[in-house]
Amino acid sequence: MTPSSPNSRPASLPTRGPDGTAKERIRVMLPPKPDTAHPQTAKLAPQPSARPVDITPTPTSTPLPVAMPEPLAASVPQHPVTEFPIKATRARRIAIAGNPNSGKSTLFNALTGMRQKVGNYPGVTVEKKEGVFHGSHGEQMSLLDLPGCYSLQARSPDEAVSRDVLLGRQADTPPPDVILAVVDATNLERNLYLVSQLLELKIPLILGLSMVDLAEKAGISIDCKALSELLGVPVLPLVAATGVGLVELKQWFSQAQLPVPATTAPFPEALQLEIQQLSALLQTHSAPLAEATLLLSLSPQDLAPFAPELKLAVQAAQSRLEASGLDPISATVEARYEWIGPICALTVRKPGEPALNFSDRLDSVLTHRFWGWLAFLAAMAFMFFSIFTLAKIPMDWISAAQETLGNWLQTQLPEGDFRSLIVDGVLAGVAGVLVFLPQILILTLFLGILEDSGYMARAAFLMDRLMSKVGLHGKSFIPMLSSFACAIPGIMATRTIEQRKDRLVTILVSPLMSCSARLPVYTLLIAVLLPEVASWKKSLIMLSMYVIGIAAAFLMAWLFKKTLLRGETPTLLMEMPPYRKPNLQGLWLRMQERAMVFLKRAGTVILALSVLLWALTKYPQPPNPEATGSEKIAYSVAGRMGKAIEPVIAPLGFDWKIGIGLIGSFAAREVFISTMGIVYSVENEGNNERISALSDTMRQQQRPDGTTVYTPLTATALMVFYVLAMQCLSTLAVVRRETNSWRWPAFQFAYMSLLAYFASLLITQGGRLLGWH
Amino acid sequence: MSAQTLAGLGVGARGRITGFSLAPEIKQRLMELGLTKGTECRVLRFAPLGDPVEILVREYHLSLRISEAKGILIQELV
Repeated sequence: MTPSSPNSRPASLPTRGPDGTAKERIRVMLPPKPDTAHPQTAKLAPQPSARPVDITPTPTSTPLPVAMPEPLAASVPQHPVTEFPIKATRARRIAIAGNPNSGKSTLFNALTGMRQKVGNYPGVTVEKKEGVFHGSHGEQMSLLDLPGCYSLQARSPDEAVSRDVLLGRQADTPPPDVILAVVDATNLERNLYLVSQLLELKIPLILGLSMVDLAEKAGISIDCKALSELLGVPVLPLVAATGVGLVELKQWFSQAQLPVPATTAPFPEALQLEIQQLSALLQTHSAPLAEATLLLSLSPQDLAPFAPELKLAVQAAQSRLEASGLDPISATVEARYEWIGPICALTVRKPGEPALNFSDRLDSVLTHRFWGWLAFLAAMAFMFFSIFTLAKIPMDWISAAQETLGNWLQTQLPEGDFRSLIVDGVLAGVAGVLVFLPQILILTLFLGILEDSGYMARAAFLMDRLMSKVGLHGKSFIPMLSSFACAIPGIMATRTIEQRKDRLVTILVSPLMSCSARLPVYTLLIAVLLPEVASWKKSLIMLSMYVIGIAAAFLMAWLFKKTLLRGETPTLLMEMPPYRKPNLQGLWLRMQERAMVFLKRAGTVILALSVLLWALTKYPQPPNPEATGSEKIAYSVAGRMGKAIEPVIAPLGFDWKIGIGLIGSFAAREVFISTMGIVYSVENEGNNERISALSDTMRQQQRPDGTTVYTPLTATALMVFYVLAMQCLSTLAVVRRETNSWRWPAFQFAYMSLLAYFASLLITQGGRLLGWH
Repeated sequence: MSAQTLAGLGVGARGRITGFSLAPEIKQRLMELGLTKGTECRVLRFAPLGDPVEILVREYHLSLRISEAKGILIQELV
């Protein structure tokens, strides 16, 4: 399979020392001895690794300022290169790096357990997973789980973060003291590609061979000792799920001194010289040689964002390389694989022709042209069934708890504005959102299972052709699917999409998928529309709302790709990982994470907005103390706002009271129900009763001229408005963070509002023309 | 015979990569994923709608679109 067969392997492998000269080496990595310094570290002490070699006069003798693509340039810090041995004044920083699907996260979870937190790298919605654990002497260490990447030549925001952290370009995250390179034992060759780049960073590296149990099952055996000798770094076999190798790993982490890797893939001499020369301009970087190597293999398009001086230096070097017969784009890649090939041939023993394994057999069903679709539809149907039925049980508990607490507070607190604030503002607002937690957790669990088992890649494989029709690719399917629960995790899931434009399109259309917050609104309006009709008709209307959302998302994606974000249909290069059993600890931690994020939001943004909305509907109070609830609301700020927008929404068949609901919904859609409850002065009962009581009240509403407010036409138009309108401040905030500008959330808000307005207008006016009402 | 591409191989067919006619960024990523010149790969299956195609290369499965597969020049192995 590989270019170099075992027969043609060189007798000894050429390697490159830290000074860049070729030399013979075989250094045996000794097993860790706790408490004693590594006996060979004296020899391995870092030498001045990048001695600038002046071959031709360089354009400038002073180091160039750090030149980074915008917007990094403004905020790039200068991290001192960590000297080893590091002083015990701070916890040792360890970063886990590796390919996607290499078992990084399982290892991270096994090491840190519950002692982890998930945040974000500033400016991008790439998850930053950090944790702490204790070394073999009980000393605390910090662990960073870098996003999976195939190469330091980043092609997605995820990969860019890994590259930037390791190269010391990331403002808030200094480069690690130790890299733990996780390598999938069942797929050593491709995984070693990234390792060959990591070895050039001059940061101590420990190689963890993951999934050795699966490799064994497949008949693959790896000679760890030989691999360690050839790569010049410690190699440890690991099975994170059962804890195999973790003790040894911690012993290595606790070594007082760890050697800096001295072995790297040898490059052709011309390339070697250019790297040395370019690195002289990059002395302010934490890894000048690695930085120079990456820069030299950038394509003209990739080079565009760099500072002009550096760009010129790189282009000049690239022309010299081309003149000497080397293609800068492919030279380093080929050299690396030529180095890796023989290493694998020497260390990996595997069965000649891999037999048709379990994954292959499963794939022949799950990607079958008939059974594949059936399985896909069944999986989706089961997921939605669970979200809407299973989640109902805990949702009823939350509603019941809210009711009990509300009633108790009614008896405990004196009547007045304060009680109203607590019960109608804080409690109703927060509990109204909290009630969606079970749905979000079930969706997270399902998506986690689909992702971890490897099925997500198959779903993307099936859906890709359909998605590419509107200019997206299979990977956009996952964010859009997640958006059925909530657009926020959906938008965060777009970070696996490589091209910026495709990511933007996916972000822009994801909120059109009907999220779970729309569910109660649909439920209420369907109850208004069809009071006593068989539930299958209601389900059909519900389903059509989802279909309208999906159709709108595809239509808008197609439109954006044709106009605003014109671009080629993106490339799809997707690894199809073998099917694996999902890791329970990982699933559990992920659900916990989602719950925390959601609860934090309910406790902050939504709490504040609930109080604000409550105040808007409460004040100012009419001078007449005998005023009814709806008179009070008409007098309040919200009522006045509703009246102010009435002329605009009247063509849609909406009156000012619906206007209040719409204004309230711009914070969060589900607020519509509590707002309408206040507007129509419905007694605050349990949630379900409230919806039926509210729907009865709403059906009886009349306009001043005596006609019904909620005609079938108006109810339909209102529902469609909710399908299409952007009424979620939290989503807009996430889009702002994701795209790093207010432009895109503003645009998204504008286009979705206009879309919702005109769709509702079309339904109402078109319906009236046809004589409906 | 005109140059054969990966897109022209049938299910189960093997080929050796001889070159690329693709944008430099895509070519580089394909090579980084192990599709270097001289590497052998095998077509495993096409998606139900005919696109993308799943191949076996360097012991792992990769799916890519027909449009990219057309840019990977192949010498078929019998």
